[in-house]
Amino acid sequence: MNPQGILVVALNQRGQASPATWELLGAGRALADAAKQPLFAVLPGGTAEQARELVERGADRVLWTTHPSLKEFNDELHTQAVCAAAQQLSPARILLPGSVAGRSLACRLAVKLNAGLATDVSEISPSGTVKRGSFGGNLIAEVEFKSPIQVMTVQAMAFPPAERQAGRAGEAAELAFAPAAARTEFVSFSAEEAGEIDLGGAERIVSGGRGVGGPDGFKAVRDLAHALGAAVGASRAAVDSGWIPYRHQVGLTGRTVRPKLYVACGISGQIQHLAGMSNAANIVAINTDPECPMMQQATISVVADMFELVPLVVAEIRKRKGVPVAA
Amino acid sequence: MALNIVVCVKNTPSSLSVELDPSGQPKTAGVLYAINPFDEYAVEEAVRIKEKNPGSTVTALALGPDADQSVLRETISRGCDAGVLVTGAEIAGGDTLATSRVLAAAIRKLAAAQPIHLVIFGKSTNDSGAGSVGGQVAAWLDWPGVLSVKKIESIDDQAALLWRMMEDGIDKVKVGLPAAVCTVKEINEPRIPSLKGKMAAKKAVFTKWTASDLGLKPEEAGAPGSGARVARYTAPAKRGTGLRIAGGSAAQNAAQLVDTLIERKLI
Repeated sequence: MNPQGILVVALNQRGQASPATWELLGAGRALADAAKQPLFAVLPGGTAEQARELVERGADRVLWTTHPSLKEFNDELHTQAVCAAAQQLSPARILLPGSVAGRSLACRLAVKLNAGLATDVSEISPSGTVKRGSFGGNLIAEVEFKSPIQVMTVQAMAFPPAERQAGRAGEAAELAFAPAAARTEFVSFSAEEAGEIDLGGAERIVSGGRGVGGPDGFKAVRDLAHALGAAVGASRAAVDSGWIPYRHQVGLTGRTVRPKLYVACGISGQIQHLAGMSNAANIVAINTDPECPMMQQATISVVADMFELVPLVVAEIRKRKGVPVAA
Repeated sequence: MALNIVVCVKNTPSSLSVELDPSGQPKTAGVLYAINPFDEYAVEEAVRIKEKNPGSTVTALALGPDADQSVLRETISRGCDAGVLVTGAEIAGGDTLATSRVLAAAIRKLAAAQPIHLVIFGKSTNDSGAGSVGGQVAAWLDWPGVLSVKKIESIDDQAALLWRMMEDGIDKVKVGLPAAVCTVKEINEPRIPSLKGKMAAKKAVFTKWTASDLGLKPEEAGAPGSGARVARYTAPAKRGTGLRIAGGSAAQNAAQLVDTLIERKLI
């Protein structure tokens, strides 16, 4: 049978469905409709109820398994499960999330299926080519596939999430999965600080750079992030200076983000950093140097000392929201 | 405990401000190359493991044209013991599928001479930025492969305990060896090449293999062995200059910013 159809790999995060899955279903549904092909989904380590939601968000056929070995991400076992589903469904294109787990799985899957692989894809054309950032986002690479099966990881926030349509018709069946031996073993998980918003899926991000001046300067950045319900980001300069942990780093060496709003406080906008955030829909730059690259590219740029301006912006936002100004 | 480690490195453009030729390919004339910056962390981690485990070896492995021996020299100056370059016309134009297949074959050849315990990669390269070759090499070898490793807590000749940086925290993962890992920057702080290392690098002679030396058929390497190719590159649309807020008092500027954000439904 010729490979046909689109397969979305729905990866749970600590047992919970991830919003990235809805974006994959959004992208997958559009491709399936354009090609008049079915949209499949595989849910390793999920429940029947979660499988039902995948149908209601656009999948025509879902294979799921609750096998306990798939509760936490395991490269080898998740690959086995997705390969088992791919064998049954014989899809032409396989879409995975752009997370660490998604990319890890995509690497193994591409080799097992002898498939071309494109990571961090931000556009998929019905004809089959995809676009992804390259050379630190300075170029866009248009990738063509020649393998019968194509595997891709999709950048978070690049596609609109599929809406849930209650009662939508589709089939959800349990995947027969008997894991073979694996030499990768999940030992334990330790969470980041509670209440932190992950950069990857954040709609709003407030970031600080060299201009923040020190660890104390990040208080203003965090206050603004809190007022906006935003994640906290940082430039390499701030991370390398030890002002904020590496997991907050946005840019070539850190995370790539596409929020609706990116507020850059005291970030000059070196190529390193722009590589990670230049696809933000809107950029607000706050900087004393009106000529720096970030100020030149920003949707809104404010020539100001961030230490003076940011607390006033926080107070203004709280005032508008009717929240009393905290001391 | 003596461990044999392979570290994979790539020679990549030092600057990412690349220009395109009329056919949509990056211009290569006059471009300076150096070790991919993310590979510096991989090299450093390999050398640190060697230093903690007497009798260990670190072999650097690169794939590219003959000139890429310069990147192997750089790894020697940072403490690697030996270098292997896979080169030749057959490997040209490979995607990550073909490249990882070739690297896996080279690692198999190295493992035939002495047991290999661990292969270390950087997070990604700074040019294509795919970040998948390490995971794909592990898959070809049917070894465990762990991406986004921020710490190797322990390692012996049987197993390694790894800290994997996930989006929401740290997964601790135990892998049986041999295995491949891709490191992130937080794993260490790379050293500066030593004078002794630089002397050794000058004198180093590297092993060179072609795809056929590795037992690969022409259709398994380079462009023929690929599943994808970059048809063309384009420059991203330039962001226009936006609204500039300046000149008012700090309070006026703050109010104008918040007004604009509300007007544009951004908050």
